[in-house]
Amino acid sequence: MLDEDDRKLLRYWQAEPTLSQGELAERAGMTTGRATRRITRMQELGVVKGVGVVIDWGALGYAVEVSLRVTLDKTQGNAFDVFLKEAREVPEVIEVQTFLGRVDVRLSIIARDMAHYQQIYRSRILTLPHISEIEALMHVARIKTSEGLPL
Amino acid sequence: MIELDAIDGQLLRALTRDAGQSAGALGRRLGLSQPATWRRIKRLEEAGVIHGRQLRLDAEKLGFGVTVFLGVKLALRGRVSLEDFERAVSAIPEVQTVEHVLGLYDYRLRVVARDVSDFERVLRRRVMTLPGVGDVEANVLLSEENLLGPLLV
Repeated sequence: MLDEDDRKLLRYWQAEPTLSQGELAERAGMTTGRATRRITRMQELGVVKGVGVVIDWGALGYAVEVSLRVTLDKTQGNAFDVFLKEAREVPEVIEVQTFLGRVDVRLSIIARDMAHYQQIYRSRILTLPHISEIEALMHVARIKTSEGLPL
Repeated sequence: MIELDAIDGQLLRALTRDAGQSAGALGRRLGLSQPATWRRIKRLEEAGVIHGRQLRLDAEKLGFGVTVFLGVKLALRGRVSLEDFERAVSAIPEVQTVEHVLGLYDYRLRVVARDVSDFERVLRRRVMTLPGVGDVEANVLLSEENLLGPLLV
């Protein structure tokens, strides 16, 4: 579906998302027209979803981030749906992932400080339905954050 | 630290979806002038709230069908330098993110692969051979969503 020129464009774009199409074309060694046609096609195919800003919650005063790994009580048929629906409503939950493995769901929670976290954990998390086990991992540092694909 | 009002929150939400929009187009939707919108974006950038920009790609359409999160425990704590481990793990192209965590594991890695056998190759040849690596737990990602709850308040 994609050829080497397409991947080349994506590699440069991924490394520097603020580049214009003209700059991208220059780096990839092709004319702007050719690069634009390829980018438009990749957007139409849904390969490229767009460029979005990344928010640093720390700069907004959320100093604490905790990963909660949740195992659900699967004897309840709709445990996943009910749990996820309610978890989404907690404003401090910024990420919800579901897994195949030892863990069913992971929630990323941000809080202003440990006291705030404790309050969210007690009043909003432990009250979520169908939890059978919770493990917490506290974030210390992000070492690599690119999320780029090895194209 | 910066205080956000409701319009900043709407602006940030719009920018996480599409950062390519012009300040004029964004402003029209939020009922702001183009210069006022531009000033707000500038302020959010200067305060570090807008940390950067990211190209969003459909991994599956690019042939990366499997995303796995690995919980890694270091085997020889204190004897292996964390820097060596971090440098080596960050250099693996299939490892998208590395987080240092406290709890059951020391590190949490997000790994992308073409399929399960490609993942097995990355795990055996790249991850299990890292300096100091101990217990590894793998969970295959089925779905994920990012929410912007704190911006709605």
